[in-house]
Amino acid sequence: MSSAARLVWLVAATLLLAACAGAPLRGTGDLGLVIERASGHVTLVSTTSRSAYARIGGLGDLSHASVVYSRDARYAYVFGRDGGLSKIDLLEARLVKRVIQSGNAIGGSISQDGRIVVAQNYTPGGIKAFDAETLELLAEVPAEYAPGQFSKVVGLADVPGNKFAYALFDGGEIRVTDFSDPKHPTTQRYPAGRQPYDGLVTPDGRHYLAGLFGEDGVALLDLWQPEKGSRRILDKYGKGEEKLPVFKMPHLRGWSLAAGRAWLPAIGRNEVLVVDASTWKETARVAVKGQPVFVMASPDGRQVWVNFAFPDNGWVQVIDTLSGQVVQTLQPGKAVLHMEFTPRGEAVWISARDDNRVLIYDTRNFRELGSLPAEAPSGIFFTSRAARIGF
Amino acid sequence: MGWSMSNSGIAGPAAAVLLAGATLAAAEPSPMRQKELIHMVRQDCGSCHGMTLRGGLGPALLPATLADKPVDGLVATIIGGRAGTAMPPWHRFLAEDEARWIVARLMEGFPQ
Ligand code: HEC
Repeated sequence: MSSAARLVWLVAATLLLAACAGAPLRGTGDLGLVIERASGHVTLVSTTSRSAYARIGGLGDLSHASVVYSRDARYAYVFGRDGGLSKIDLLEARLVKRVIQSGNAIGGSISQDGRIVVAQNYTPGGIKAFDAETLELLAEVPAEYAPGQFSKVVGLADVPGNKFAYALFDGGEIRVTDFSDPKHPTTQRYPAGRQPYDGLVTPDGRHYLAGLFGEDGVALLDLWQPEKGSRRILDKYGKGEEKLPVFKMPHLRGWSLAAGRAWLPAIGRNEVLVVDASTWKETARVAVKGQPVFVMASPDGRQVWVNFAFPDNGWVQVIDTLSGQVVQTLQPGKAVLHMEFTPRGEAVWISARDDNRVLIYDTRNFRELGSLPAEAPSGIFFTSRAARIGF
Repeated sequence: MGWSMSNSGIAGPAAAVLLAGATLAAAEPSPMRQKELIHMVRQDCGSCHGMTLRGGLGPALLPATLADKPVDGLVATIIGGRAGTAMPPWHRFLAEDEARWIVARLMEGFPQ
């Protein structure tokens, strides 16, 4: 067969397949999913039509569930609290495969080449790597930090070179595991400080930050020069003042970077800490309504949206990154758990767990554009994450 | 119904029980308050202990894991938190009787 003939044949076969499936061809760039934590469902949504198009159940305990996407943005990998790892096809709107990979998990990540999905586990403490295609186990790296002592793993993020950076809550370490030989991973260890609660990789893949719960500060590792070791930034930001109780742990991710600065939740203080992302020195603090949980920059970096821990979880505040001021305070609903920007940030979707609704806001004028019903919605994840380092 | 009102909840039906001089060792929260407490434990305590209470950042709160632990200690942990750990004090939102009711429910298998 000539190459032209082969191409014609291929196109014909593809069209035929699509016709058989009965669905028009479409891309996935405007799709995503909403976790319905109480009932083990996910609702599949389109950010163009601002509506749901399918719902999938049987996914187990989805409290604290998180999602990563395959590099073609067709498949979602859902990590459940109960250790379930589910692969969902957004186009066919079906569960492709589900494995129970641990007793207690809190999230996962996908490698730079898209071939390896890694889960981070509380029990047994460690990470596990799976073939992204088949969900077959490739390797396991226990988070043993002292003989017989295993730590809960937090803050797992992919970094260039098929590596993953993460932190050990009980072990007080940052680790970087290299999966370039997927079945024979190698791991480097760096001191972090007391009780790292989450971590993030900057969007360029260069710096890993681990936020500390057990002391005031953030551990920083330059992944371009790991031989220089980890260091402390924002040291003693609490200045010895008594901390407010923290009723929910904050979350970190690469969305913290905006306008050349990192916007980070303080622990036990109703503040967002602002750090210059080249010198890593504190430049400002923004007083907010409560203990920040998600501090998320819009894709263009002009705004930072903040939600809060119990009991202030009915509020959302918006910081203008140019002025460093809170410019808007919203009350989207009861128990706001998560926010997600559309790929280019014209809208933000917000989950209000106790109102059983997802609300959609215009990011320019803060008007509500619409809403969707969902049962106790928590995380919202759009496919634009598929192409981002550290998601 | 903000949780911040919960401390005053004792002035509601639960207080009525107390005033009635009932022989109950501890006041039972009203049925409505019980519903709130169940929701609170599953959702807000659940953010650390897991919605199914099988554990997360905080330990599992299941009958088997709590069986050998003194009730008073568990109540004190809920009300006062544990310094140096991620367990915060809940006294702003829970009266001691309510914490005691939660511990009793946890020890027998927490309602849905
Ligand atoms: C921010 C995280 C967090 C939240 C929210 C939280 N806990 Fe805890 N809890 C912990 C941690 C961590 C421990 C373990 C402390 C330690 O290491 O001794 C703990 C310990 C406990 C214990 C003692 C368990 C034992 O085996 O000794 C009880 C009981 C408990 N929590 C109940 C609750 C209740 C009830 C709520 C909600 C009203 C709650 N917790 C909310 C983190 C949390």
